[in-house]
Amino acid sequence: MRFMLIVKSTVYSEAGVYHSREYNNATITYKQFLVKAGALLAAEVLQPSSSGIRITYPPHRGEPRVQVGPFSADKTLIAEFTLIDVRTDDEELNWALRMPVPAGLGEFEIEIRRLEENSDSLREPRIQALESDLQDQLYMFKKNTKSSTSFNLNNRGV
Amino acid sequence: MNGSHTERTIDAICRMESAKLIAGLIRMVRDVGLAEDLVQDALVIALERWPESGIPENPGAWLMTTAKRRAIDNIRRTKLRDQKYVEIAHSMDLFTEEDIDQVLDGEIGDDLLRLIFMTCHPVLSQDARVALTLRLLCGLTTDEIARSFLVAESTIAQRIVRAKKTLKTEKVPFEMPDGEELKDRLSTVLEVIYLMFNEGYSATSGNQWIRPLLCQEALRLGRILAEITPLESEVHGLVALMEIQSSRLKTRVDSKGEPVLLMDQNRAQWDQLLIRRGLAALDRSRKLGRPLGPYSLQAAISACHAQAPTAVETDWPRIAALYEALSRVAPSPIVELNRAVAISMAFGPSFGLQIIDNLNAEPSLKDYHLLPSVRGDLLVKLGRYAEARTEFERAASMTRNERERALLLNRAADCMSRTSDKYF
Repeated sequence: MRFMLIVKSTVYSEAGVYHSREYNNATITYKQFLVKAGALLAAEVLQPSSSGIRITYPPHRGEPRVQVGPFSADKTLIAEFTLIDVRTDDEELNWALRMPVPAGLGEFEIEIRRLEENSDSLREPRIQALESDLQDQLYMFKKNTKSSTSFNLNNRGV
Repeated sequence: MNGSHTERTIDAICRMESAKLIAGLIRMVRDVGLAEDLVQDALVIALERWPESGIPENPGAWLMTTAKRRAIDNIRRTKLRDQKYVEIAHSMDLFTEEDIDQVLDGEIGDDLLRLIFMTCHPVLSQDARVALTLRLLCGLTTDEIARSFLVAESTIAQRIVRAKKTLKTEKVPFEMPDGEELKDRLSTVLEVIYLMFNEGYSATSGNQWIRPLLCQEALRLGRILAEITPLESEVHGLVALMEIQSSRLKTRVDSKGEPVLLMDQNRAQWDQLLIRRGLAALDRSRKLGRPLGPYSLQAAISACHAQAPTAVETDWPRIAALYEALSRVAPSPIVELNRAVAISMAFGPSFGLQIIDNLNAEPSLKDYHLLPSVRGDLLVKLGRYAEARTEFERAASMTRNERERALLLNRAADCMSRTSDKYF
């Protein structure tokens, strides 16, 4: 199961305020733990929304509207994300709760979202069928003892 | 007992007729959701009346008349006195019993076709297409669809509601695509049918009876489609593929529910009628299509196995040639791997190995876990155990499936013991 731990923007992150050394060190340690657990897929910090661009399409087709940042720092903006892969259901919550929190920079919000896994029904049927054909053929190939002699491969004399 | 028998008969009739009814009604009311409701109403009325009055001689026509009457009532009741109402009122005198028979026999094929083009429309996601097709064309309940795809019923119900809404907001027309568009759209329809079939065929988990149901429904849809589009080679090809694969359905699982691979299946139990039907369909496809499309080629490969009296008598050179043809019309690494194994069976593993080594040179395939595992198998046959061991270990490091990883590591260990044998 893959999850995205999303750290929301604050007025500080939007203003480009650097984090304290303590916080940065805590983050590095945290990521090391994630790596050791084999859970870390990606962890990135985003630039403030002043460097962002937003494209909006009207509801019933039409030309897109392109806006340049900054955007208002409500709870929809993202400042950082960490992508993790865990085995059980509670694990992601544990990891999120262990995430370091910067001190003295106002409210800090982390959101956990599960990634959509490709369900079987979305797989291309032909590939799926050919994989099962391959399994059938390989099995025949492995069981096929006669042919390996007829191909003159058995002259190793084992 | 008699009652439950009638109920079962009615149930069967409903399932058989509902797609035709919905298709016929959409033409009239131009709304998928409304058409479905009207058919549902008609079926409820039938369930009430038929146990007492007996099943009418032409149940399809009876249901169609009832549903159309409901449609007119419905329009009157909602006082929708617009152009639509005038149109329907105009055509009211059309609905004599004979006309309905005519509709059911003649044009209904076109209506069904329009319906399947609608439920498989590209504005819908693949999942939505499958769910809507199963609901509207196969008459499966949301519960049945949910159980066959191992998802919650609410998910399927939501998916269907959303799909109908999309069809409405996108104003998807109830009509046959033509010209160039027909080819594209037909391939989408075939893919939905194939996906339905495959979902039923390849999955080993899930309810014992619901899986074959998917195969049956896909096969039935395919046969109908072949009936109404007789000049499309790939439609016959897909039907051929599904008929032949279906002939092995009963032998694919043992009494404990464990999958049985092709080689170990009891060939005497393969359904000969389905095989014959499949071969006939393949023949029709061959007469129409040159070169053969991917479905027809897959059917031809499947036919090679169906026609071999025993596994040893399989015509491997022919299978290898068919995979080569397939790799031209639908190139993919999995086709190459199949070809490599077929060639190894026909001419020896060193020839198969060449194909794999060509694939290995492809940088985009460096993470493709089947590649080293197949290569390992070929190397074992060639007695090159040290290299085989490396391949199995590589394959093990690529797979995320624990059981598969353990199996591959076992094979690697096996190779290691054989390499050391060599030295002592």
